[in-house]
Amino acid sequence: MMTTSSATRSARHHRAGAASTAPAPGMPARSPRAARRRAHLTAWAFIAPVVIYLVLFYAYPLYKNIDLSIRHYTVRSFIDGTAPYVGFQNFVSVMSSSTFWPSIINTTIFVFVSIAFQFAIGLALAVFFYKHFPLSGVLRALFLVPWLLPLLVSASTWSWMLNSDSGIVNSFLEAFGIGQINWLTSPSWSLTAVLIANIWIGIPFNLVIMYSGLQGISADVHEAAAIDGANGWQRFWRVTFPLLRPVTAITLLLGFVYTLKVFDIIWIMTRGGPADSSTTLAIWAYQLGFGSLLPDFSSAAAVGNLLILIAVIFGLMYARMQRRLDLS
Amino acid sequence: MKRRWWLTAVGIVLTAVMLFPIYWMINVSLTSASDMRKDPPNIIPINGTLHGYVQVLQHQLPFLGTSLLIGLGTVVVTLALAAPAAFSLAKLQPRGGKVLSFLLLIAQMIPAIIMAMGFYTIYVRLGLLDTVWGLIIADSTIAVPFGVLIFTAFMTGIPGELLQAARIDGASTWRTFRSVVLPVSRNSVVTVSLFAFLWAWSDFLFANTLDGGGKLKPITLGIYAYIGNNNQQWNAIMATAVVASVPAAILLILAQKYVAAGVTAGAVKD
Repeated sequence: MMTTSSATRSARHHRAGAASTAPAPGMPARSPRAARRRAHLTAWAFIAPVVIYLVLFYAYPLYKNIDLSIRHYTVRSFIDGTAPYVGFQNFVSVMSSSTFWPSIINTTIFVFVSIAFQFAIGLALAVFFYKHFPLSGVLRALFLVPWLLPLLVSASTWSWMLNSDSGIVNSFLEAFGIGQINWLTSPSWSLTAVLIANIWIGIPFNLVIMYSGLQGISADVHEAAAIDGANGWQRFWRVTFPLLRPVTAITLLLGFVYTLKVFDIIWIMTRGGPADSSTTLAIWAYQLGFGSLLPDFSSAAAVGNLLILIAVIFGLMYARMQRRLDLS
Repeated sequence: MKRRWWLTAVGIVLTAVMLFPIYWMINVSLTSASDMRKDPPNIIPINGTLHGYVQVLQHQLPFLGTSLLIGLGTVVVTLALAAPAAFSLAKLQPRGGKVLSFLLLIAQMIPAIIMAMGFYTIYVRLGLLDTVWGLIIADSTIAVPFGVLIFTAFMTGIPGELLQAARIDGASTWRTFRSVVLPVSRNSVVTVSLFAFLWAWSDFLFANTLDGGGKLKPITLGIYAYIGNNNQQWNAIMATAVVASVPAAILLILAQKYVAAGVTAGAVKD
């Protein structure tokens, strides 16, 4: 996945490098066709392990997932390997479930609110750190910490910070006369609680990518705008921001795909509850498949396939955007 | 010059706000059980206790060992699969290479919960549930596509003349890869290893679905079991969390530039 201009540059390198890897003169003379075939075989020998790996550990689980979703799997099916074919019945039952619309709405809110805040804060911080003041490098590195921590660690820490009675967040709010908020146990607050934690985790990623985007903009552009009499605010919105558009597009799209997958944070903090109030599609799929003593793998797989469908649509958009950027 | 230091002050305040949850995790890990429910909570650990850390030493050491093993195993699997493939994609122009790159891109978009269900149905049959190998394979699926893309991006930048020189000296393609390409790609090897290790170390979803009943549990399940069972021992939970964060902290200090390289190459975290 190449997002920066340097990656695009190396893609161009590729084409230049490709021309120079033709057989060197002075090699033992063989028929050119046989030599080319040998080169192809060698090239594939290097790739073969990954291809086999993809087939075994991506394609097959995915196939299994589709198979699960069009059959009626029970615990017994795992033992004797039989499961009757039911067509789209699992999809119909999932879509008519009372959890379906809440989970779609929660997923939409979770994804878009997360991305909006992560991106806005990440961009603001990138612009701030781009001013290169003393210690800016060290502080910027420290901002990466939340992103590197195990999600489980961040989620547990936020759980305790947002605890109704003993959490630091509530005692901080109380100091301003705001009463106790049941972040994790009230249906009207649970989604906000997991959003806060997820935004916190996503800021570093947005900061680093947008910072590298800023580095890609030539300083001359800013100087020219400054000479033309633009102030800082105008320079940002009229010059910098439009130039950041390619990086912005990719950051947002990546953010979309990754936020759609978020599981750990929500599961640790609220388990999707109370009463589905923070259940997203990923959480719902898990609940159906692993969350109870009576697993319903077929419905879980149906929800999972809906999730893949959404991800792939946006993935294709990403690939298209990537190609457009590579060409430009 | 004065203005610059003013910016530093703002920067320190922002960083402090951002890192407050991490400070709080450490603070709570040192708080004694009797002060845990105090309102308002102690801002610094007065009457601090190391009780939580004693608990970690008593109960979590095997889990830490398992996580280390899984992390290192994932790094080996990822490097062994990703580096040769990337070399080929970057320099040998295999037929169908573009399709493969595209598939790897798509592979990163598949939610882990879906992979977990597929793996579960397969592992039940193969008896791979609750095994370290099962988890290494599952965890590597997060890192392999990323690894191929990072290596490809880097190796395309290696000048063709270097490879040609090796070939004129009579080196086979494999020899060229091992003795020329890999040493030159040292930095990207560090970046890929670092992320492969961190993701495997941090994994919770695969561990919880594919290793629910085993004895060899990774540290994330150790914390999760704590949260589930004894809700009151928050100092022990947070002490485990602090210990589980140590690899991330060490890697950030020792290898910060590689971290940044990974993120800007389009890093992935799910």
